[in-house]
Amino acid sequence: MTKQHANWSPYDNNGGTCVAIAGADYCVIAADTRMSTGYNILTRDYSKICKLADKCLMASSGFQADVRALQKQLSARHLIYQHQHNKQMSCPAMAQLLSNTLYYKRFFPYYAFNVLGGLDTEGKGCVYTYDAVGSYERVGYSAQGSGATLITPFLDNQLKSPSPLLLPAKDAVTPLTEDEAVDLVKVVFASATERDIYTVSSCVYRVL
Amino acid sequence: MFRNQYDTDVTTWSPAGRLFQVEYAMEAVKQGSAAIGLRSKTHVVLACVNKANSELSSHQKKIFKVDDHIGVAIAGLTADGRVLSRYMRSECINYSFTYESPLPVGRLVVQLADKAQVCTQRSWKRPFGVGLLVGGLDESGAHLYYNCPSGNYFEYQAFAIGSRSQAAKTYLERKFESFMGSSRDDLIKDALFAIKETLQGEKLKSSICTVAVLGVGEPFHILDQETVQQLINEHEIVEEEAPAEQEAAAAADQDAPPADEAPPADQGAAPMDI
Repeated sequence: MTKQHANWSPYDNNGGTCVAIAGADYCVIAADTRMSTGYNILTRDYSKICKLADKCLMASSGFQADVRALQKQLSARHLIYQHQHNKQMSCPAMAQLLSNTLYYKRFFPYYAFNVLGGLDTEGKGCVYTYDAVGSYERVGYSAQGSGATLITPFLDNQLKSPSPLLLPAKDAVTPLTEDEAVDLVKVVFASATERDIYTVSSCVYRVL
Repeated sequence: MFRNQYDTDVTTWSPAGRLFQVEYAMEAVKQGSAAIGLRSKTHVVLACVNKANSELSSHQKKIFKVDDHIGVAIAGLTADGRVLSRYMRSECINYSFTYESPLPVGRLVVQLADKAQVCTQRSWKRPFGVGLLVGGLDESGAHLYYNCPSGNYFEYQAFAIGSRSQAAKTYLERKFESFMGSSRDDLIKDALFAIKETLQGEKLKSSICTVAVLGVGEPFHILDQETVQQLINEHEIVEEEAPAEQEAAAAADQDAPPADEAPPADQGAAPMDI
């Protein structure tokens, strides 16, 4: 008797792509605005970016219902933090919180592929990239979502990021100026749109 | 005051139908340092006297932000107040999370009152020893409530609790009719004057009081020391010269202080003129 498979899935993939690039004193976070299901478009105008704290934004692709739930969770936790510590959460702190929140649901995960971007405690740009269960890493740039496989090699080429295996550890932050980084992001989305049906060139971006 | 027979625990009634433990809890509120609140149609101001135990120690925190649209000032056992503030914050966050909208103040005070009532009907608990002045803004406007350790709550135009609050209440009773239409700045001014009343002669400085404001388009926040000191200076000077602005709000020729009289003594005399 073969194993019976579920005739229903609690997850759905709403598509979309998210990108973030960290600079010396800025951070660019961008996400496209299409929300789809299967081969259909649900809306052309949906923001996947959420401002979690003063200096911290999160862009998430994947299952938007889970993404929204995750955003609300983190915002509520941030409020509690503010009440207790009388200050905003720093980006590295939020990064750890996001990781813990994701792992908390290790056995029924949030179907969310996140990119956290912001300014760290020294004011330098920082980008953290995640998988669905909370494994994370600080990087100089990252792309997640349906267009990630198209975008990441291009960013690797343009941003010439040093290998994380190098010793001594080289700073991954890009030497580009803020305007150059924003232009790069726009170009990147335009390219991804050419070949990825789930990504459109219309994108929302925030710079910190 | 010979009520020792029926006051051992909160679940014992006295023959006169009173719960003495609850009344003792309300006494604790009266012993705390003063806190006052007043509201207009669009703003609520909370202010309190912050006395530190000694010059070396820091002040007791008596005003808490509960949410952007709700703040609370406490008098009495401040530790109880802290715990209740934490409860209120948590309720606001949960409501916001579920309904994506701010918790209406009226709902919050009822929840608080119910929580207080529980402690008046369990033999293994004691009533909260803190009075809370809850100021908040919701769709129906600005509100000020007072929550008692007994589990009662009332809505007020203006109120004062804690030690020497009667002086402040007298001042507020004179002025309250004008509060509904007051501007934000007038409301703060009146709050500072009310606080001064409770000090009874001591000089009003920003280091011994805390003022917090919330209103339409203005999330709850505590004013910083410099701003408060500035306002104190502004109004102290105004008060000595010509109380023309005050007369606009209060009954005519009630407070016409001679310019050389010290402000505290003047304020003390004015109520007795009525």
